[in-house]
Amino acid sequence: MELIAGIKQGDIGEEFEVLSSDEGSAKDIPEWINKVGHELLDSFESDGVWHIIIRKAK
Amino acid sequence: MKILVVGGGMGGTILANNLARRLNSELENGTAQITMLSASEKHMYQPGLLYVAFGRMAPDELYRDQQSLLEPGINFHVDPVETFKLEENHVVTQSGKRHDYDIIAIATGSRSMPEDIPGLAENSINVYTEKAALEFHKSLCEFQGGKVVVSVGVPHKCPMIPLEVTFMMHDFFQEQGILEKVQLHYTYPIGRLHSLEPVGKWAKKEFDRLGITYETLFNMKEVDGDKKVLHSEEGTEVAYDLLVAIPPHKGMEVIDTNGLGKSGWIPTDRHRLNIEGHENAFVLGDTTNLPISKAGSTAHFEAEALADNIASMVKIGRSVRDYDGKVFCFIEAGKETATYAMFSYNNPPDPKPATKSIHWFKMAYNQMYWASARGLL
Repeated sequence: MELIAGIKQGDIGEEFEVLSSDEGSAKDIPEWINKVGHELLDSFESDGVWHIIIRKAK
Repeated sequence: MKILVVGGGMGGTILANNLARRLNSELENGTAQITMLSASEKHMYQPGLLYVAFGRMAPDELYRDQQSLLEPGINFHVDPVETFKLEENHVVTQSGKRHDYDIIAIATGSRSMPEDIPGLAENSINVYTEKAALEFHKSLCEFQGGKVVVSVGVPHKCPMIPLEVTFMMHDFFQEQGILEKVQLHYTYPIGRLHSLEPVGKWAKKEFDRLGITYETLFNMKEVDGDKKVLHSEEGTEVAYDLLVAIPPHKGMEVIDTNGLGKSGWIPTDRHRLNIEGHENAFVLGDTTNLPISKAGSTAHFEAEALADNIASMVKIGRSVRDYDGKVFCFIEAGKETATYAMFSYNNPPDPKPATKSIHWFKMAYNQMYWASARGLL
């Protein structure tokens, strides 16, 4: 939800990194990014925290 | 020590009253002063709007005179701040008056922004202002049947409202005897029914039991009022006969125009509640940029932590505790049952089956709120 809010107020080309302890985020966020048409730059897990990096594309 | 509280809503009022009580002797001997600057002489109990929307509270029950809620030692002025000079420790108000401070707490709140989504304001109903809540009730009373779509914007105020509105409409239509002619449909922006996963799981069971349909990963893009169709950012659409919006909201314009935070949300330390880079400037309630519920309960618990810290800064020169993210939200699950979600940064909620007793506790709290605002509860 915070990512959606952040993207709404961000500029095109701006990058966002989500840190989440919820494994579901690693699945849900790329699915949403794909649907809406933003760009998934990276997704990885480190010490139990998922890092999902996105670029606002439109 | 001059303490300035900007905003006379739930957060600012509970903070100022708690501070006045803790600093009673300092206020009496003149070593501390508390001033509140607000945009209104009235104080509104915003959670009551939900009940106005369902005809269960009258609008005038939501208001008290702000001055009547404040401890006698607090200097209260209806004179909103227009300019914040955090580097120089002063603000300038609408009337042009300058207020210097040693410590400032900003609690200016947020505003509903249905106009941010094309077509939404003119084609939907919501419960976020007195006028909107009255229109909501009129629309429900006139509704004869069809598809009611509840659609949730991002970010929105009070995360339980989308569920409460949906459950309460279910029971409202049942009481009106038209439930079999109504299809309730709920859309949510992320891949589940609520941002708090345990609440989402609880809601899914309830929706399935009550026959309420839902669609997730649905972010409102625009409303075609002629065709009565709501389009999503994800490329889907849903037709409606009655559109109930949980509109996006923003912080106040004065925050944005003073460069304190994008969209009116001020970057805030999640534990100390100070503005990043400013040790004597604090934020609470909807005004923070914290990714937690924008709800009265949040403002309440933040105000209590902040009152302890500011009072101890005056008395011993340092703060004494962190805000732990504590929130307690009632969740109305229909006309006469409710549950609750209590959580913090490190402890997720665990909503229990709804009961009548929790609903009646919420109804009692609607009256007890005025004791909370005074810093007594």
